[in-house]
Amino acid sequence: MSKIPQTRQGHRPVAIVGFSQSKSLRADRASNEVEMLLPIVHDVFEKAHLTKNEIGFICSGSTDYLIGGPFSFVTALDAIGVWPPKTESHVEMDAAWALYEAFVRLQEGDLDTALVYGFGKSSLGNLSEILNLQLDPYTMAPLHPDQVSLAALQARAVIDQGFGTEEEFARIAARSRKSALENPFAQVRRDDSVEVLLQEPYLVSPLRRHCLPPISDGASAIILAAGDKALELAEHPAWITGIDHRIETHAFGARNLAVSTSTAKAASIAGVSEGHVDVAELHTPFAPQEIIVKNALGLNDSVSINASGGPLAANPLMAGGLIRFGEAAQAILDGRATRAVAHATSGPLLQQNLVAVLEGA
Amino acid sequence: MSDQTYVTKDPRGSITKLETPSRLEFLFTAGTSLSKNLAGYQRGQFIGQRCPVCSKVYVPSRGSCPVDGVALTESVDLPNTGIMTTFCVVNVPFAGQSIKIPYIAGQILLDGANLSFMGLIQECELEDIRMGMRVEAVWVDEADLVPSLASVRYFRPTGEPDADYETYREYL
Repeated sequence: MSKIPQTRQGHRPVAIVGFSQSKSLRADRASNEVEMLLPIVHDVFEKAHLTKNEIGFICSGSTDYLIGGPFSFVTALDAIGVWPPKTESHVEMDAAWALYEAFVRLQEGDLDTALVYGFGKSSLGNLSEILNLQLDPYTMAPLHPDQVSLAALQARAVIDQGFGTEEEFARIAARSRKSALENPFAQVRRDDSVEVLLQEPYLVSPLRRHCLPPISDGASAIILAAGDKALELAEHPAWITGIDHRIETHAFGARNLAVSTSTAKAASIAGVSEGHVDVAELHTPFAPQEIIVKNALGLNDSVSINASGGPLAANPLMAGGLIRFGEAAQAILDGRATRAVAHATSGPLLQQNLVAVLEGA
Repeated sequence: MSDQTYVTKDPRGSITKLETPSRLEFLFTAGTSLSKNLAGYQRGQFIGQRCPVCSKVYVPSRGSCPVDGVALTESVDLPNTGIMTTFCVVNVPFAGQSIKIPYIAGQILLDGANLSFMGLIQECELEDIRMGMRVEAVWVDEADLVPSLASVRYFRPTGEPDADYETYREYL
């Protein structure tokens, strides 16, 4: 009997064997980034039955634009205690891409485990100004479009092309907030009726407040293990049987904003449609984006989407995509699912997308 | 502001350069550990934190031992005296300089601490400065104390014999 499912990417099977996250807060004024990371790093080591000295590779995702200071990812290493020195790396992206790098690094075969973590305090600055700086600096950033107005353009495209309605946006928000009632780490946890949500005024038409993610401070961490090491560390490892990421042009005018070509391509390479999907965790911070990504992944209505509440209930920047991987993996680690899809996005309006299929044995 | 501030045109009137200024402001979260250190400056006291695993004392501390990766919970009052482990004589003017050049920037290892930090050295002739000098902090007047290292006006030599190199070589 094979204990490790067939994988599509990489010659060496790699699994998620531990996941931890902090409670997302509107503004964590008590802890600095190191103090925010310390408890979850200790927790994830405990869950994976590892110590820091046994870990092979460390990779993090964060951005200095949130803290407003240089090299915050170096400071964050204080939470791990990297002595004796470790092979370590960082991506200036959501930590889901740090997981991708760790997955690739483990393919080299000399290391068996990796710690991946992400952290973001979205509350420290003006997000509209900060996120503006990720836009094309020549033609777009000088216009200072804020992220909500951009998301409204995308929502309008979804409506105009017949993919969704304002009522469906409200349904997605209501379902996410209700699911979050079961998730102690989420931030927006409430049972709202669709009718009540639709009575909210427009923030930027066609978006109402419930279509937007909360502003969140938070962190997440995952342990990856390869081959037999994963079987040793977890009873039901969440094997990454397919993983791929794709990027689209930064020029919004050159994209159809209502579809996600990059997600569809990544999903095809990761093999999303090769089997039944039990649960999916989608990194879709604005409600209309869930429709776009769900369509691109080809998920039918039987799939449980964002049972954790998803990014509409908690959205710590740079950690939120990795949380999707963690939540999807946890369903397998707990034996609640055998095949899960994890999705993460980076950049404005779903510019870049990472898709993985996670499977139990 | 007018377009003239940000747009450069060639003689034919075509735009050749566009400046797009941007400004970001941030709150800073000191965190539980550093807050204790900063509160110490407010009352003229250096405060460090001890690692429960390796017993090293960090001043300032960000809340974790960077070697052991564990939370620092024990606060330690540190004295005003220490060793200047190494130094730099600053002769170069730069934007925002607030001290008259030349001046001495020294690395200060407080007695009982295991981490040095940079401090201004005064009341010392340039030709007398040397590694291993014993120094002490000179604080601002009580009314002027603030929750930052600005509460320390400078460090000055105590006149005690220099520290033995072996006692601070690990901290260079």
